[in-house]
Amino acid sequence: MNSSLKRFVKGNLTLRGIALFYIGLLIILPVIAITTEAFKGGIPNLWKQITLPQALFSLKFTFIIALIMLVINIITGTATAWVLVRYDFPLKKTINALIDIPFAIPTVVTGMMLVVLCGPRSLIGEFFGKHGIEIIYNKPGIILALIFVTFPFVVRSVQPVLIEMERDMEEAAQTLGASKFKVFFHIVLPTILPSILTGAALSFSRALGEFGSIVIVAGNIPMKTQVASVYIYGEIESANIQSGLGTAVVLLLSSFIVLIFLNFIQRWSNKYGK
Amino acid sequence: MENKTNCVEVVRKQKQAGKWVLISFVLLWFFVLIIFPLIGIVRETFKNAISVITSSLSSTASTHAFWLTILITFVAVVINTIFGTIMAIVFAKQNFKGKLFLESLIDLPFAVSPIVAGFMFVILFGPGGWIGSWFYSMNIKIIYALPGMIIATLFVTLPFVAKEIIPVLREFGIEQDEAALILGASQWQIFWKVTLPSIRWGLAYGVTLTIARSIGEFGAVLVVSGSIINKTQTATLRIHDQFTDLNYAGAFSAALILALISFIILNLIQYAQKRKKRI
Amino acid sequence: MSGIMVKNITKKFGDFIAVNNVSFDVKEGELAALLGPSGSGKSTLLRIIAGLENPDMGQIFLTGKDVTPLRTQKRNVGFVFQHYALFKHMTVEKNIAFGLEIQKKDKKEIKQKVEELIDLVKLNGYNKHYPSQLSGGQRQRVALARALATEPKVLLLDEPFGSLDAKVRKNLAQWIRDLHNRVNVTSVFVTHDQNEAIEISDKIIVINRGKVEQIGNATDVYEHPKSKFVASFVGNVNVINANIKKNHIVITGTKEKIQFKEKTEINFQNIVLLIRPEDIIVKDNSTEDTVPCIINGIYYRGSFYEVDLKVGTNNVKSLVPKEDFFKFEWRKGTKVYIRFRKFKIFEASEGHKKVHEMLKQLGYIE
Ligand SMILES: Nc1ncnc2c1ncn2[C@@H]1O[C@H](COP(=O)(O)OP(=O)(O)OP(=O)(O)O)[C@@H](O)[C@H]1O
Ligand SMILES: [Mg+2]
Repeated sequence: MNSSLKRFVKGNLTLRGIALFYIGLLIILPVIAITTEAFKGGIPNLWKQITLPQALFSLKFTFIIALIMLVINIITGTATAWVLVRYDFPLKKTINALIDIPFAIPTVVTGMMLVVLCGPRSLIGEFFGKHGIEIIYNKPGIILALIFVTFPFVVRSVQPVLIEMERDMEEAAQTLGASKFKVFFHIVLPTILPSILTGAALSFSRALGEFGSIVIVAGNIPMKTQVASVYIYGEIESANIQSGLGTAVVLLLSSFIVLIFLNFIQRWSNKYGK
Repeated sequence: MENKTNCVEVVRKQKQAGKWVLISFVLLWFFVLIIFPLIGIVRETFKNAISVITSSLSSTASTHAFWLTILITFVAVVINTIFGTIMAIVFAKQNFKGKLFLESLIDLPFAVSPIVAGFMFVILFGPGGWIGSWFYSMNIKIIYALPGMIIATLFVTLPFVAKEIIPVLREFGIEQDEAALILGASQWQIFWKVTLPSIRWGLAYGVTLTIARSIGEFGAVLVVSGSIINKTQTATLRIHDQFTDLNYAGAFSAALILALISFIILNLIQYAQKRKKRI
Repeated sequence: MSGIMVKNITKKFGDFIAVNNVSFDVKEGELAALLGPSGSGKSTLLRIIAGLENPDMGQIFLTGKDVTPLRTQKRNVGFVFQHYALFKHMTVEKNIAFGLEIQKKDKKEIKQKVEELIDLVKLNGYNKHYPSQLSGGQRQRVALARALATEPKVLLLDEPFGSLDAKVRKNLAQWIRDLHNRVNVTSVFVTHDQNEAIEISDKIIVINRGKVEQIGNATDVYEHPKSKFVASFVGNVNVINANIKKNHIVITGTKEKIQFKEKTEINFQNIVLLIRPEDIIVKDNSTEDTVPCIINGIYYRGSFYEVDLKVGTNNVKSLVPKEDFFKFEWRKGTKVYIRFRKFKIFEASEGHKKVHEMLKQLGYIE
């Protein structure tokens, strides 16, 4: 490469320095700061904070809720992507455009929408309330909020792969006598699996950390409907920095695991695509 | 013969049936999940008299909150567009040790809870923090003040621009740069005349996403701001405040405005994405 | 005067030597072909001439001036990239005008020049098209017009016809030859297609594994290849294993001998004869300098016939002109006799050189 071009892009140390400084300041340094702070009192102390009944409950609760959301989202997200790519029906374009709405709407607003829609004073809320099911201020509401907030992830990650997927592979399998279900499970699914997993991982990490919509929708009752992020916020508000730190570090660690997982899927699907 | 066509007909109908079952399932899901809530918010807003809505929207606290959101969004967009572009160029075109690791670190803001994000900045920039203590000694407040809110917003929107441009730059390669170089263009000219035009729609897409997220960010800003009325209260914080104070008229009218803005941004996003694909 | 002079250029990528001490010279106004197989360092060499790569050693002279220390922007060369590298976001006319705009030329002048070039490359009416709306051949011509806009003294083309189909390729090649004669530039184009090189270039530089194998005009390279590589890369060639015993050449796997005209006393095992198909003459009677063989297959090739022959353990191809072919009744399995009009021996060991010398004296080879 030409020396001047090289200086400009490939070896430009100023540019690289700026980029690294920015990442260092906004990402690396804060992560190190919070980890150091958390470990300052020693590992036993940190462990004690994490295993405080309330903290531990909020973590478990968050993971379980996120997992339920995940199952629903994988199925409905994949189905939505499939229908949008493969079938023609009225309003398809509009619906396709509106899929991204959850990304565009502030999460607080999402929470409020759900409260008006399914809250105790709403039609739906009253109906379920009569049957002893509480949606808002309870688990169903939280799950609903998470599903709404993360809905686009799976759809938007599967859609392009489905569009690009060669129909001939499926047709070839059909001519070889494979049934529709066989074709789906042996041909289509393996092809879109990496993208489903990518979408799933993104929505999972989002669900673990979600705050805005949940704080409104959930009752936030400790040991009942309090998720981890709400717990941490409460601890910060009441100046219990140490107990907040324990839970925060666990969430942070899960984020890193999700990142590693995403990296791994990407490498895996690259290998497979070429 | 007749029998056979019947069979074909039946199979075809079955296939059709399966298809429509799936379509209706998705449609239903979509309406329940996305459309109903939207209708709900509109209805709730207009339950109140228009006068109530306008008065609550024009209160000083509300106007202040909206202006603050606009200010923070503007600053975040400018800074993250510049740094995002630089990061994209560095990651797409340079090679160095630890690049892969750093590149995946860029995604961290997507994966991390906004509350944890805010918490990290409270610890780093708070009065006792590594950087915060230095600023405090110079009498500059970061946490519970505007700088902290901007920093938190910068963090949560950091990946959008960079992540959108990196693949475009990679695909774009270096050939056109070289062609421009041979025709005598300087590095600045190459950037302005060749690189920038080819990433413009990716950039536009990243910027709209940044705007949407900056306007909507709640958790991270809540933690670093303290949500002080007329001082550090952004639009989303104000909505939340009013909602918890059971001031539904104010909360929902402000929420509707944010929803409308989101809707416009959504259209911009779609447009940018379409254009991005075309070139 | 020389338009392009490449002097002892060496370029390494890590430990790998991509270009190895290459020197050549292209006269002003000449069109030279850089011919070599994939990975032989052609593009690297071209990029070094343009200043897109820095050589580890050596110098580049353009129109007599040492440009080695000059940056790309200052060399004023035209470069046509293998995949055109058109600016995708610019129309045809914007692409062509780019270099002129960089030079801050007068708007009117630019407009006029662009029109001229569009005319020259026959893209009238395509001014406002984007590269994505053009065919491969049209893109190629835009790339060419863009490179010519700044009136460079030197034009470099990296596999200019590489991604075009055979017919377009041939037309465009001829057209570039004509164009070259009209505009006054010194050009080097990279190709791995020997026919292209032979058809349109004044000079062919054959390179292999980063080294120059031979420089010469088409006839030189084809008729007098200097190495086994050149012989086999430029045109088709039969490779025949043989031994030399006393005054005969004995083809491996046969007892038949080709008798030398004069008595000599040389013995050599395992030599390799390289013979072009058109230099194998097929006859149906034997003489002293023929070898018998069996016809394995006959293929109609339009103006001539291609005949596959088996000589001992060797498979050989011969090209027989139509009029000769009809003199005989040849079929698969027919026994015929072949004579070598000329052949080459390449194995660079001392012994082979001696054989070479002798055969040359005997008039068997040139
Ligand atoms: N930037 C680089 N880094 C490392 N090796 C390189 C680089 N560029 C080229 N090479 C190596 O140098 C050798 C010559 O490459 P070059 O592109 O010049 O070949 P070429 O003759 O143009 O081949 P082709 O006909 O396939 O285009 C190749 O083996 C290639 O792998
Ligand atoms: Mg090449």
